[in-house]
Amino acid sequence: MAAYLVRRISYGAVTVLGVLFLLFVLFFAVTNPDDIARKAVGERARPEVYVQWKKNHGYDKPLFLNREYAASNAKRYTDTLLFEHYRSMLTFDFGRSDADDTPIADRLLKGAGPSLSLTVPLFILDVVVAVAVGLFVAFFRETLIDRTVLVLCIFTMSVATLLYIIAGQYLIGMLLKWFPISGYSGDSSVIWRFLALPVIVGVISGFGSDVRLYRTIFIEEMGRDYVRTARAKGAGDARVMVAHVLRNALIPIITNVVIAIPFLFTGSLLLESFFGIPGLGAMTVEAIQGNDFATLRTMVYLGALLFILGQILTDVSYAIADPRVRLS
Amino acid sequence: MILVQNLLVLTIVAGIAWVAYAASRDRYWRESAREMWRRRPVALVVVAIYLVIGLLDSVAWVGGTVAEDPTAAYLPRSVIDRIFKPEALKEASYSAPLADKAFYGSDALKHPGKHWLGTDILGRDVLYRTFKGVRVALLVGGLTSLVAIPLALLFGVSAGYFGKRVDDAVFFTMTVLSSVPSLLLLIALIMVLGKGAVQVCIALGVTGWVHFCRISRGEALKLREMDYVASARVLGVSDGKIIVRHILPNMAHLVIITFALSFTGMVLTETTLSYLGIGLDGSWGQMIDQARNELSRTPIIWWNIAAAATALFALVLAVNLIADGLRDVIDPRTRRERT
Repeated sequence: MAAYLVRRISYGAVTVLGVLFLLFVLFFAVTNPDDIARKAVGERARPEVYVQWKKNHGYDKPLFLNREYAASNAKRYTDTLLFEHYRSMLTFDFGRSDADDTPIADRLLKGAGPSLSLTVPLFILDVVVAVAVGLFVAFFRETLIDRTVLVLCIFTMSVATLLYIIAGQYLIGMLLKWFPISGYSGDSSVIWRFLALPVIVGVISGFGSDVRLYRTIFIEEMGRDYVRTARAKGAGDARVMVAHVLRNALIPIITNVVIAIPFLFTGSLLLESFFGIPGLGAMTVEAIQGNDFATLRTMVYLGALLFILGQILTDVSYAIADPRVRLS
Repeated sequence: MILVQNLLVLTIVAGIAWVAYAASRDRYWRESAREMWRRRPVALVVVAIYLVIGLLDSVAWVGGTVAEDPTAAYLPRSVIDRIFKPEALKEASYSAPLADKAFYGSDALKHPGKHWLGTDILGRDVLYRTFKGVRVALLVGGLTSLVAIPLALLFGVSAGYFGKRVDDAVFFTMTVLSSVPSLLLLIALIMVLGKGAVQVCIALGVTGWVHFCRISRGEALKLREMDYVASARVLGVSDGKIIVRHILPNMAHLVIITFALSFTGMVLTETTLSYLGIGLDGSWGQMIDQARNELSRTPIIWWNIAAAATALFALVLAVNLIADGLRDVIDPRTRRERT
């Protein structure tokens, strides 16, 4: 087990290094730091301002090799953008935003709370609804109910998230006036009023693909021998579906669920920015619109880091459950 | 530029004709096509209509005269442009579908009753704009997939088939690219490459490539172990020939289904990109984004968003339904024996 753990974690670490290299190529080699600086200070800024801005944001070094230092000096390699990029990302020293100079770490800490307050209830409700409907439909497979729900799934999958949000705000927020159209409050007694609408919209927009996924999982389990054994023993429909099929399907379900958990932190881009929730998703949208490359880079890195962590967690829990995995 | 574009249209038409001809000669594909036509006739017709509109909008040439706007005569105009004559159809601002007078005030329209879907804030005909969106959507979903899929097949199949070093390299690249959440990777790529049609298509291609590469690698790994591949190898058939003869044909159903799914995925993602301000010009996503605040006006202006949303929904639904039907018809795992 220990050997498997070491192997899995070191592969994860190498992947992180790979992601950082990809980010370096994208954000420093493909986009010229000069362009970032020029966009930030404006076309007409004096050269001193421009040079100073580059220095403040750490864009003033050469990419790979600093030729100011002799070949024997280690600084020839460390005083470069590449090294600085790896150092700052790996030590979580994210520096300042390119747009408004605020420390990115502060904004991350401030945005994580609101993001989680939206994504956690959304995620739980989403999984519960999709698993319940999936189980229900799998039980009635190849009947009219099954076919109706499947067609409904295809219909809901064909609508863009943007339209769900606009329709939700218009119908529930404007016409029915059940919930406020957008806004957020730190006060826990009223916060649910602001979160209700985005959660409903989020559940509906993810409904189709999730139900289909869980239905497939359940139907696969229902074909196994233990289901026939349970039936032969005289177990009722409800008992077979819940105690046998659902229990055995938990492993593939958990795999799908665990892998999604890390993304709860990064929030939802569309939902947050439309419903005025000051989370990390809204922050990313702001970064896109304000050409804030430093923040965007950090968000992409964090998203990848959390994904890799989630994958390691899934694989390790799999290895604990199934000895075949860790021996291969 | 126009020449390249027109040649591309010709290539696509020729490609479709060739695929249809090749498929009609094979019994399996002929029967599958007939079965698909029996199951999803409406969806197939809808997609065909979109395809024709998109192709008609891609064939463009310079020539003719435009009375209302002399400079427009020097630019290439597509068949759709020539049918609608957008320069002539312009109004001052909003007008409701089939209305005789402007939406605000009571000025008479220049073309009363001619705007089937009304006009937008700048007085442009909404039906024309919706038609123009067809080509953009097909470009985003179709052309991008058509470029990404062969590349993904090349890398995925060679990784799965040859294994060892090739597999390690491809697998690592795939792991790195798929570690980044796809929407964030997409955004980062577009931000870095710059806004524009080509850049968005490249970014969509890169993110879609990973997914497809993983599928084809897995399938090639599985097929490599098949007895018929082993016997071909024993008989001394070269690797290239085994891949072309034995591996690729057995992945065809997977390629087609994944193509359909990645098409809808990309078209839907483009609307999100449009909201973020990095989408394609003239797309339905952009129309929806520009029209989203019009719903809160009184009296409500609904035709802009309704036109774009319906066009988008109809295309994506049709392709999704076809993908679903294909899964039943050509996927050997779910295909039932036909009588």
